Parts: sequence; C-alpha cells; structure tokens
Amino acid sequence: MHKLSNKKRLVIFLLLGVAIYFLSGAVDELRVYQGASVAVFVVGISSIILLTGYSGQVSLGQGALLGVGGYAAALMRIHYNAPIWLCFSAAIIVAAIAGALLGLAAARLSGPYLAGTTLALAVGLPSIANQFSLLGGEQGLLFDVGFPPLSLGQDFTQYKWFFWIASLATLIAIFWLQNVMRSRYGRSWKAVRGNDVAAELAGINLTRNKTLAFTLSAGLAGLSGALLAMTIGTVSPSAFPLSLSFSLLTGAVLSGVTTLGGVMIGSVTLVAIPEIAGAVASRLGSSEAVTNNLPGLLVSALLILTVLFVPNGPVEQLRYRREHRVKK
Amino acid sequence: MIQFINTILIGLTSGAIYSLMAMAIVLVWRSTRVINFAQAGLALASAYIGYQVMQSVSNYWVALIVAMFAGAALSALIEIAFMRLLLKHTSSGPIASVAPIIATLGLLGIIKAGIAMIWGGQDVVVKPPLSNTGFSIGTHTLVFSPMKLAIVISVATLVLVFSVIFQRTNIGLALRASAFAPEIARLAGVRVDLVRTLGWALSGAAGAVAGLLLTSNGNGSFSPESMEFSLLLISGFIAAVIGGLESLVGAVIGALVLGLVTSFVLMYISGSLFFIAPFVVLLLVLFIRPQGIIGVKAGRRA
Amino acid sequence: MSLVVKGLTVDHGAIRAINDVSFTVEKGKLAAVIGANGAGKSTLLRALSGLNSATAGTAEWSNHNLLHGKPEAHVRKGVSHVSEGKSVVAELTVEENLDLGALWRRNRREATESKNQAIELFPRLGERLSQRADTLSGGERQMLAIGRALMSKPELLLLDEPSLGLAPLVIEQIFQTIRGIVDSMGLTVVLVEQNAMGALKIADTAVVLNLGRVAATGSAADLIADPAVRAAYLGY
Repeated sequence: MHKLSNKKRLVIFLLLGVAIYFLSGAVDELRVYQGASVAVFVVGISSIILLTGYSGQVSLGQGALLGVGGYAAALMRIHYNAPIWLCFSAAIIVAAIAGALLGLAAARLSGPYLAGTTLALAVGLPSIANQFSLLGGEQGLLFDVGFPPLSLGQDFTQYKWFFWIASLATLIAIFWLQNVMRSRYGRSWKAVRGNDVAAELAGINLTRNKTLAFTLSAGLAGLSGALLAMTIGTVSPSAFPLSLSFSLLTGAVLSGVTTLGGVMIGSVTLVAIPEIAGAVASRLGSSEAVTNNLPGLLVSALLILTVLFVPNGPVEQLRYRREHRVKK
Repeated sequence: MIQFINTILIGLTSGAIYSLMAMAIVLVWRSTRVINFAQAGLALASAYIGYQVMQSVSNYWVALIVAMFAGAALSALIEIAFMRLLLKHTSSGPIASVAPIIATLGLLGIIKAGIAMIWGGQDVVVKPPLSNTGFSIGTHTLVFSPMKLAIVISVATLVLVFSVIFQRTNIGLALRASAFAPEIARLAGVRVDLVRTLGWALSGAAGAVAGLLLTSNGNGSFSPESMEFSLLLISGFIAAVIGGLESLVGAVIGALVLGLVTSFVLMYISGSLFFIAPFVVLLLVLFIRPQGIIGVKAGRRA
Repeated sequence: MSLVVKGLTVDHGAIRAINDVSFTVEKGKLAAVIGANGAGKSTLLRALSGLNSATAGTAEWSNHNLLHGKPEAHVRKGVSHVSEGKSVVAELTVEENLDLGALWRRNRREATESKNQAIELFPRLGERLSQRADTLSGGERQMLAIGRALMSKPELLLLDEPSLGLAPLVIEQIFQTIRGIVDSMGLTVVLVEQNAMGALKIADTAVVLNLGRVAATGSAADLIADPAVRAAYLGY
C-alpha cells in the first residue's frame, strides 16, 4: 500500500467496496452484524493509530470521544430528524471540536501525565449525561437510523443496512486518513514523535502539530461512536465505559500502532475473541463467570504479549524482516 | 453548617483512602520510573482476598493483615516476573515510552478478569468491624462514623510509618538511593534489585489497605466493573500527580485535596459532575503547577 | 594479591571499546590509566566493577573473577568504584551519601569508624553533613564520592576521572589525598585520568590506552620520561 499512487489506491478502495457488497450477501445475519462491529473498531482503532502511532500521544480516553460523537449523532436525529449522513457529520465535527480542546490542553503533557489525564476523562465524561436532561440521563437516547430503503429489496435486513452504512463510512474514512498520513502533516507527526526537540528546531510548531493530531483523531473517534450508536440503537453512559477505551488501545497495539496497514487485524481480533472465548468456555463446560470474563482475559494477555514481543505490530514486523532478508 | 462539616469529613475520609493508593503509585514510580495502573487492580484483588478471609475467619483485622501480605506478595511477584521482562523488551522502538503504560493496562485487565472469574461478577460486601452509623451532635448526624474515624487514623498511622521507614532507617536510605541513583547505589553495594522489589511490596501493601478500607467506607460493596473501582484507579494516579509524583507527603496532600474538592462538587454542585471533577482538578494542576504541589521543576518530564 | 587483567575485550554493540588489554597492578600500588577521550578508559573500569559485561578475557583480584557478577557483589569483595561525573546522589544529604557506602556492612561500629575516618580525611564534608549533596561545590562532591567509596572498606579502589571539571588547586588537593590514601591505608588504586601529568606524578605504574588497546605500560617515572608519551599526552 505504501508506494501506490492516489489513483491506484482509489481503485483499490472501490474494489474493496464492491467485494464487501458481495460479501454481505453471502454471509448470515450474525456475521453481517459482526461486520458492522468490525467497522466500528476499524475507525476507532485508526483514530488511535493516528494519535498514538503517528503523533506519539497516548490517550486512554478515546471511548469518551466516541461518546461525544455518538451523542451528537443521536441528538441530531432526535431533535432535527436529520438524515444519517448529516448525523454522522455532526458526530465528526462535534467530536473534533472536543478533540481540539483536549489537544490544546494535552499538547503540554507527555507520557504518563497524558495517559492519566485522558484516563480521568474516560471515567468522568460519560457520566455528564446524567447531569443534563437533554442528554437522556442513565437510560440514554435512542439512535435510530431508520429502515433500509425499499429500493434495496424486501429481503434487505436491518443489520445489512447497518453493515453497508458502516462499511461505506469506514472506507471513506480510511481512504481520507491514508491521504492525511502521507501528507506533510503525517510526516511532521512522525518527526515530532521521533524527536520533538529536533522537530521544533526544524520549524514545526509543536502545539499546533499535536492539537491537529488530536482534532483529527477525535473526529474519527466521533464517527466510530456514531457507528457504534447505530449498531446498538442507543447512546448512554454505559455504552462508553472505560473498557471501551482499553479495547480500542488494545486493538491498536495488536494491529501495530504505528501503521494503518494492520488495522483489520486488531478489529477482527476484538470482535472474534469474545466468540472464540465463548466457544472454548462452553466446550470446557465453564461457569458463567469464566465465560463472561475469558474474552477480557484473552484480550489483555494478547495485549501484553504483543507489547513485549511484537511491539510494532505484525505488519511492521514482517516488513522489517523482509527488508533485512533482502539486505543479506 | 452541618452540611459543610459533613462535606469536609466525607472529603477527608475518601481522601485518606486515596492517599494510600497514591502512595502506592508513587512508590512504584520512584523505584522503577513506571506508572503502574495495575496497582489499583492489585488493591482490588487484595480486597477480595481479604473478603475471602472474612468469610472463613470473620475477623476484620486478620483479613486486613492477610490482605496486606497478599498485596505485598502479589506486587513483588509482578515486579520480579513481569516488570523486569517488560523493561528489558521495551527499551527501544517507536512506542518505547508508552509501552510500559500499555502493558500495565493489560495487566490490569488480566487482574480484573481474574477476579471476576474467581469470585463471580457480582459485588462483594465486606462487613466493617466498627459501626458505620454517624456520630450525633445534638439533633444532627454527622457523616462520620467510628469506622470512618478508624480509617482516617489507620491511614495517618501508615503514612507516619512509611515516612519513618523512608527517612530514618537504613532500608529507607537504600530505597531512596536506589530510586534516585540506581547505578551509584549498586556501586555502593546496595542490592538494588532486591530493594526495588521491596519498594513494590510496600506499594502492594499500601494498595491492599486502600482496597479493603474502600469497601468499609461507603456501602461496603465492590466489584471490578464498579465506578468505585474506576475512581480508585484514577484518583490514586491523579492524587500522586497533584502531589508531584516524587514524594509520599505530596501524594497524601494531593489525595486530600482531591477528596475535598470532589466532595464539595458532590454536595454543593451536582452528583453527576462528581466523576468529571478529578479530570478538571488534574487539568488545572497540570496547567498551574505542572510539577505538582511538592515537586521540583525538572528539565523534561521523561 | 594483585589485580591481573588479561586479554580484556569489551564491546559496546558493534564497537569494540576495549581490545585485548592486559596489565597488572601490584597490591598497594597506584596505577594510572591515561589516554585520549574515547580510548576506553571508563569502559575498562566499568568492566572491572561489573557495570558492563566483558566479551572476552579475565580480570582477577584476590582470587575473585571481577568479570562475573553484579557490582553489588564486587563491593562486598573489597572493590569500590567511583564512576565518572562526581557520582554522588544529589537528593541525599552528605551524611546519607556517606552512610550509603556502608549500608551493606554488618558491623555498624566499624562503619561509624569509617565515617569518622572519611570526615578526618575530608574535613569540609564534616562541616556540611546535613546539607544536600547538590549544594556542594565540584571539588566537595568529588571528595564526597571518594569518601563514600572508602565507606565500603575497599581494598581495590577504582577512580574514574576525579579531576574532571575541577579547578587546578582542587585537583592538586584531590590527587594528594589519593596518594595519601594509598600510602596510609595500603589500598590498591586504579586511577583513570585525562589529566595525564597529574596522574603520572602520583602514580607508581601506568597504562596508556589508545583506541581501546594498550599503547604502553611501565613505571610512572619511565613513562613521564618517554618522549612518545610526552608528545602525545603531556604536551611537551
């Protein structure tokens, strides 16, 4: 994917879109729904890849930003009955604004301080919904994207509709993100990540650079949140818990946090693990407690193993090995 | 007036508990230069072990002591088995600076899942040994009970004990030297690795007390997914940062400040904003005085 | 009971910092190790004290293999290393820095004696016992570092560039003190220095390192008189 021209990439994405179209017809309801979940994670994880992998800022609070996007989308729908694409756009914009504010604050922070601050945000932000009745309190708000248009046929299910919307949004988002990463912004983030003192001396405005990364990353997170809201039909504080932020971070690390190429790996893993774990647990005849928590255990263990042994992610690792083999 | 006093008392009590968690974070930070988010998980696990002991022995103090030892042992185990491995493998690479943090989060996840698997996902209740009914002053009831008083006293005692250990004993000197200048300490003959593990063990013990006292503070129930736990997690960290991350006294002050502020927000502003208050406090502190209340201005925060 | 180094080789990644270095220091003597910057002098000491691991060779002191084991263990066998850069712990007081050196010692009475001896040797430290180490001047810090090393009751003392960054008068003092330590306490000292003249003047024997290899060895007096050494390191 690295050396392809923009036109070639566009073609590839279009082909992907077509493939997904056919795929959705071939698999059953559960898979289609899971596909939508994968899409949610792809966007969410890529937001972290942008923020942490490229810009080097670790955020434990993406979940909160997903929440902002989700709520924005739901509010647009409920109060203005806006069309879906407008709701999603609102989600992106509102979340991006939140990200910009957060980024301005975070530009001065680094490492554990940034991690802790975003962690505090992740814990605190969702519960604000209880404060303002506009936000629906503990029960939350409904987010209903409506039924698929009749033009798609009688058999076109709700879940397929989710999947289509999510996939389309994801393809567009990832294509756009790739463009950004290859642009001079992407390069300047990498420069700052590598050595921020040197980058500053080379003329890069650190605050603007970092805030921009936060803003864009938040926009993506907002989109992911809106997609999540779509798939579960509601937004509420409990839909955006701390564990969501952790899962996204885990998915990013599993994918290889510095590059977009492996983003599917993390996303699919996050969706597949609960199912695999469930199968394993029932095969072993385990209790409910074990079954419920085995996915969490496996994901956490995977995270640790990845950080220890494959810190750059499988995609980078392969690339590294390939380059070194050629050199010999 | 009575509400004002109650607010302060609530703030002090929760602040006292958070201070133990904050001290645990500072202890680990000083000895290994790592923010170990999993310490909160250990605190939780120790509390559960304490709960288990309560089920069989029905003696709170025994449960507390066992929990402290369990916390110390688990913490030391993590340092030996996990941290050394982690620091060796993550010393380079683009995410080198954040890799340890992420790994401790993974560890936290494992601990939480482990707890839920062993004890089931529901809240556990640890019955406190002293009554939780508030003292009465005239016709009013204070939100301050014998148990809460005991909490404040125990925390104060522990803080005192730790201070004495660190400032006035040989082992304390070894701990401080190993944290400030490990290479020099080695050359002076200090078994830095052993001392580091001891630092972690002390951290684990402090966290264990925090965890167990937390169950005796409010409604006495606790679970990995509960808000109380998330609060403990972030408050410990935030308090440590407010205090400057380098000193135990700072951690205590930071925790008390945090406890009081959140208490006032809860009582006088709104219950729902209670959870976002720590974030705001942290942000304010990092802006006004990035090195914390007691911290010394360093060149660059590594 | 001398320090016998044979074929010592130390790598820093791909760079061979020390290559096949051999020399002997007899008990009770002061050996100077001189050479240009980057010649490998510090690496030599760090290998001897266990901070860096050696790739090849042996280093024996009093029947102990110095190349195996952690620095903490070597201290207990009588090896004390004052690393470069005035190695004191800035956040601790002067007294705490001294105490640090004797923490591992069982006999507390003897430890207190050592502290009194150190204070006798460096009276300035005695005046500043409760001050933080980072309030000391450069020379005082170097004294504190050496004092701390002496608190471990060493028999072999490794000193890494004690004169670095100090005023000439202070350097003179420190060198005299080091010579005095050798004479009065019977310690064996390996003194790594860039200040070649000063080091050679107080040393018994000397080793000249160049690019990680031994360029010359011999008695200090001989080397001072050697024209090649003079030209390269003594400036005349």
